[in-house]
Amino acid sequence: MGETSNEEQILTVSDLSVELQNQPILDKISFIVKKGTTLAILGPNGAGKSVLFRALLNLLPHKGNMKWADKTKIGYVPQNVAVSDIPISVREFLSIGKNKCNPEEALNLVRLNASKILDKRLGILSGGELRRVLIAWALIDDPNVLLLDEPTNGVDVGSEEPIFLMLDGIKKTRKITILLITHDIHIVQEYSDYLLALNKCITFFGKSAEIANITTQQAIYGEPVCVETIKSEE
Amino acid sequence: MVLEKMALVGDALSHVALPGLAIGYLLNFNPFIGGFAFLFASAVMIWYVQRITKISFEALVGASFTLALAVGIIIIPQIELVEALFGSIANVAIWDAIAATIASIVAVLLTRVIYKKLVLAMISEDLAISKGIDVAKTNLLYLFLVTVVVAVGIKIIGTLLVGFLVIVPAIAARNLSPNMLRYTVLSAVFGVISAISGVLLTSYFVTVPPGPLVVFSGITIFAITIILNRVKKLTV
Repeated sequence: MGETSNEEQILTVSDLSVELQNQPILDKISFIVKKGTTLAILGPNGAGKSVLFRALLNLLPHKGNMKWADKTKIGYVPQNVAVSDIPISVREFLSIGKNKCNPEEALNLVRLNASKILDKRLGILSGGELRRVLIAWALIDDPNVLLLDEPTNGVDVGSEEPIFLMLDGIKKTRKITILLITHDIHIVQEYSDYLLALNKCITFFGKSAEIANITTQQAIYGEPVCVETIKSEE
Repeated sequence: MVLEKMALVGDALSHVALPGLAIGYLLNFNPFIGGFAFLFASAVMIWYVQRITKISFEALVGASFTLALAVGIIIIPQIELVEALFGSIANVAIWDAIAATIASIVAVLLTRVIYKKLVLAMISEDLAISKGIDVAKTNLLYLFLVTVVVAVGIKIIGTLLVGFLVIVPAIAARNLSPNMLRYTVLSAVFGVISAISGVLLTSYFVTVPPGPLVVFSGITIFAITIILNRVKKLTV
């Protein structure tokens, strides 16, 4: 990422290690995040992506240094939530854990029709609606950083792109920083500024555009992903 | 307990009161104080062991309730065994009713204190912790409330059937509730209606203890809510 002054950095992580049940999950991770950018975090299952988020939120014991800029307020959207059996309405959910809450405003921000959805049960929403409500919940306290753990988990393919477009719009209008876990190279290329590829340790850290390079893909996946070949076989 | 997917944990936990009841009978003090003490001590122990071993609540409660049932059956006097297992309205004194009322008010007030924290932790523990909620303490207080409710119900419907109070009113309410407010209110209302109608039915079925009649009343309400939900699609 080159030279970056401290004023521009919202997060500095150096030599971050996490062990769970004596198994190393993250090994001496170091990276920085610049204010107002989107950092995509990519890696195979079990690479430690969600664990990294939990460490960044201080939910897990860890070694090494991690420094958020002063006055950083984090909004978090976890990968999995258990809402199917809980008879809680969208209105009730948006008021939980929040000092101030204007549910209509929060839903408008994530481009949901408040009048149609506010009194619906959270458990019967579509995958896309649920993820947008979770993002709305995270945005209510006006965070300047959003941690999104696979924000389109459980969302059908056609509904993924609009969610990332919406997030990109929110990032620009609210000048927030986004850390985003994803498996999708297209999302990395289109909607992130920087890429952190993980597999217990960092396999790549740099500008997202570099993922198009074969050498970058080799660093991340061990061998190049031949998009042209896949297309011709189809 | 129903929303935590621990309905059977609540049911099994109620049986842990039996040795406490037995000690009360043997040593001539209020057996329900013994029952409550055993319930709470067991709940705290299970909570602690679960935290350090990560064994599921279900498995731990399963182990402790079978042990408690075995110990209770051995030491409880035979005459009191049926009463302890199935409850009795005849021995409910005015002071029992006052104590139950106070305990219920305390339970409702404490539930209000932890309500939002508990709901958020049910949705996602990580979300709750990221908001500064001490999920372990919230769960402990929640277990305490379960033991209070169970202890209050033991006298009338007995240690074997009191799990009903934890499960059936809640699942009946869930059938009719699109939101938590209605769910909470209906759970309480269905619990009260089941208890009152079950006790009143003892005047018609004089040889039957109140416990089974309370359960029958509650199950009837549950069946009606299934039909209502099916017809009116109230939870969709």
